[in-house]
Amino acid sequence: MIERTPILDFFTHLAMIIGLVLAALPIYIVFVASTHDLPTVNQVPMPLTPGADAWKNYATVWTKSDFGTKFLNSFIVASLVTLGKIAIAAISAFSIVFFNYRLKMVFFWLIFVTLMLPLEVRIVPTYAVAANALSPVEGLANLILNGPANLLAFVGLDGVARAMPQLAIKLPEWNLLNSYTGLILPLVATATGTFLYRQFFMSIPPELVEAAKMDGAGPLRFFKDVLIPLSRTNMAALATIMFVYAWNQYLWPLLITTKPEMTTATMQLQKLVPGPLFGQPPVWNEAMAGTLIVMLPPLLVVVFMQRYFVRGLIQADK
Amino acid sequence: MAEINIKGVRKSYGKTEVVHGVDATIANGEFVVILGPSGCGKSTLLRMIAGLEDITSGTISIEGKVVNTLEPRERGCAMVFQNYALYPHFTVAENIGYALKVAGVAKAERMRRIEEVARIVGLETFLDRKPGQLSGGQRQRVAMGRAMIREPKVFLFDEPLSNLDAKLRMQMRLEIRKLHQRLAATSVFVTHDQVEAMTLADRIIVMNAGNIEQVGTPTEVYERPGSLFVAGFIGAPPMNLIEAKVSDGVASANGLSIGVGSSAGPAAMIGIRPEDVLIGAGQPYQIRVEFVEKLGSIQLLHGQFAGRDFIVQCAATEAVRQGETIPIGIPDGRLHAFDAKSGARLTTSLTGARQVPAAAE
Amino acid sequence: MDRRATFKGTWIAAALIAPQLVLVFIFFYWPAAQSLYWALTLEPPFGGGNQFVGLQNFEAVLSDKLYWNSVRVSILFAVCSTSLTLIVSLMLAAFVDRRLSGYQVYRFVYFWPYAIAAPAVGLAFRFIFAPDAGFVSAINKAFPNLWNPALDGWDAFILIVIANSWKMIAYSFIFFLAGLQAIPRTITEAAAMDGAGVLRRLWDLQLPLLAPTFFFLLVINITESFVDSFGIVDITTGGGPARATDLMVYKIYSDGFKGLDYSLAAAQSIVLMTLVITLTFVQFRYVERRVHYK
Repeated sequence: MIERTPILDFFTHLAMIIGLVLAALPIYIVFVASTHDLPTVNQVPMPLTPGADAWKNYATVWTKSDFGTKFLNSFIVASLVTLGKIAIAAISAFSIVFFNYRLKMVFFWLIFVTLMLPLEVRIVPTYAVAANALSPVEGLANLILNGPANLLAFVGLDGVARAMPQLAIKLPEWNLLNSYTGLILPLVATATGTFLYRQFFMSIPPELVEAAKMDGAGPLRFFKDVLIPLSRTNMAALATIMFVYAWNQYLWPLLITTKPEMTTATMQLQKLVPGPLFGQPPVWNEAMAGTLIVMLPPLLVVVFMQRYFVRGLIQADK
Repeated sequence: MAEINIKGVRKSYGKTEVVHGVDATIANGEFVVILGPSGCGKSTLLRMIAGLEDITSGTISIEGKVVNTLEPRERGCAMVFQNYALYPHFTVAENIGYALKVAGVAKAERMRRIEEVARIVGLETFLDRKPGQLSGGQRQRVAMGRAMIREPKVFLFDEPLSNLDAKLRMQMRLEIRKLHQRLAATSVFVTHDQVEAMTLADRIIVMNAGNIEQVGTPTEVYERPGSLFVAGFIGAPPMNLIEAKVSDGVASANGLSIGVGSSAGPAAMIGIRPEDVLIGAGQPYQIRVEFVEKLGSIQLLHGQFAGRDFIVQCAATEAVRQGETIPIGIPDGRLHAFDAKSGARLTTSLTGARQVPAAAE
Repeated sequence: MDRRATFKGTWIAAALIAPQLVLVFIFFYWPAAQSLYWALTLEPPFGGGNQFVGLQNFEAVLSDKLYWNSVRVSILFAVCSTSLTLIVSLMLAAFVDRRLSGYQVYRFVYFWPYAIAAPAVGLAFRFIFAPDAGFVSAINKAFPNLWNPALDGWDAFILIVIANSWKMIAYSFIFFLAGLQAIPRTITEAAAMDGAGVLRRLWDLQLPLLAPTFFFLLVINITESFVDSFGIVDITTGGGPARATDLMVYKIYSDGFKGLDYSLAAAQSIVLMTLVITLTFVQFRYVERRVHYK
């Protein structure tokens, strides 16, 4: 702060406090609502002090919704997505930044484009692929093998096309429905992490690479001994973002799991409400208890990792 | 310990050629400095020796073996970088010992050698620190330790002292010289600072715009500059240059004359170093002092002579004031002559005599 | 363009990038291509080959009043939510950037809403804004039936806008703050020496220098409003009442997975994908140009 502006400071403080209230209030309300019994919570307006039924509500909703299993599922999925994303992002960015090959920029753009389309926008076809995960490989192989024949048919030379041998590869069907793989893989496929890692790798001074070369280190050695340790802050930021992202996934798990024992915690929220707004109202104290339980893990992750997160973002922003 | 042979080496980036056919031989154990202004190709040449840049054409051999296609680690060179390039997350010990770790040397042996090297560079109490906790000079010594520990055939230095302040630079110059005497390794040192070149080198390779201008000992390069460029680059303050005409094998200007041989072109430049100019009563020429720079033990007098900027160096004890016109003398025995068009040296008349001829024409 | 030091070893490089390429092919490019294929064909409900029908699906989609309704709702939602988000988050960032006492606390707490899943946000706000419970409906005691998102489309719309913005403000706040803190202090001090006060500096100095961040967040927010909003809508309004909150992404879900009309859903997906890609493309081009001005 450069000059003394007491009036402006007062209003700034005021505004920030209002902001604080608005940011924290909904969370607080959810908490309070989860501690009341049903008649109290349905009062309008609901009292703002916590009630006594906290543990009763949590216990009820935990067993009713079988949150134990759901939490385990969420945890497995979020952890594996985070690990997978970080690992793949690191090696892909390494390949793009520290090597020089002709197709490099092509590959980079191919990966980068995926940033433009989040999963929700392509649920329909991704679901189809998940039903048979090897179908793209099969499809591409068949396309290539029958390419000449298809081309001929396309330009009207049906006769010649038919005379050519029809090749077809059939790969075993791999159904990802109701599986951890199905929950995890499509989420790992996008480029967020790669982009962040690339920005970071590009900020490494070239002399460091040259010194390592002079010291006799090959690329993998350099990656392990130098790049990974230096990217720790980056990794922490990315891990936080990915964990929260994966834990909070809603639409995709909804589609890919139908069995209750495979659903995730976030999905469970849907079960807490019998229907949309104009239907029957939910049992609010239990619903809020459930919401709080589901909200807590990613919130805690963010709260603890926030130090690294903000630093990592600011670096990446530059 | 190795001899380096550079034959017809060229370097191009795309269509632009930056090093035009360079030849040089660096003897075993010699300390050679490649000196030149920014962009002259000296760093590029060094990096081609190291293996960090591809050689477009020509060959570089180390110890008789052509190394064009070898990876840096296979060439037996160690390099000290301008920006030190220390691994920020390693301690000093780990930085120095990294090359040995990569080579698979056992831990005990590694620690022993690290400590030995640390003692030589004076960092034995800093082994557990990280680079971020060290000063510039200390970091530079870690960089040198890292290079030394590999006991390489060739030491390469890429402007290592540029980032240090003046006093530290002097100190490190001495340390590098002592190190060279101790290790007697072939060393190639790149710099744009002629003082470093003059004090460190056994021989200097002067480069300009991708070409070698002259190769010689510091004395040779100073007393017999091979071209206008070298004459102007080596020596601070720079040599004074006067336009001269050539006729009958003699270049003359303003009462000065020097024999240049019959093959010289019509125009030449005559040079005289500021410290060779004499002042005092009875000298034949006059110069008006426009500006005086006092440098402690000497002073530099700036003025104009024969239509060009002219500097005279004299002792600080001489009482000269700005605006004053003083007599100066230019001894015949301290002149240099260069072809005006090609810049090549025509002759010098350095005989050591510092007397002014009795009568000027 | 600074010199990059690279390693030799094309095979290693290929092996390193292969996993991501394979994943991206299987889960991105192939589905995208297949989506296009489905959108251009008609899939018989009981299997068998697809029949090429050209743009027929698109015609069906684009002539559907319900579809245009969802487009209208989506665009309005994007505009409202993004404006609200950007204005509030910018203000908060500007306040926190002044580094008054205790600013770390604010920075810490403002960010939390980002960590909460969209459906959880939706559920929380559904409670707060419920017509028969929560808080806001207390207004109804004084003005009966003023607030009822179960019946009033606009009330429902406001509900989802507020819920979405609440979350996105947290995210945008951090980026704006990072952008403000990237402005070198010396520039601010120079402006102060030139006589510019706090508000003047904000207007003349900080806002223009924030332009790249602003455009980046503009597109992120718009994209998110098309995408992340699913969780909120599903939990609160289910697209209603009377399709007042039937966002495009929600419609794709209900048509494709509840209605089982894949071709229709695929066609809608293509339109949505095109829209999102165009927006992102525009942003990168525009921001590139702006950033180069620096």
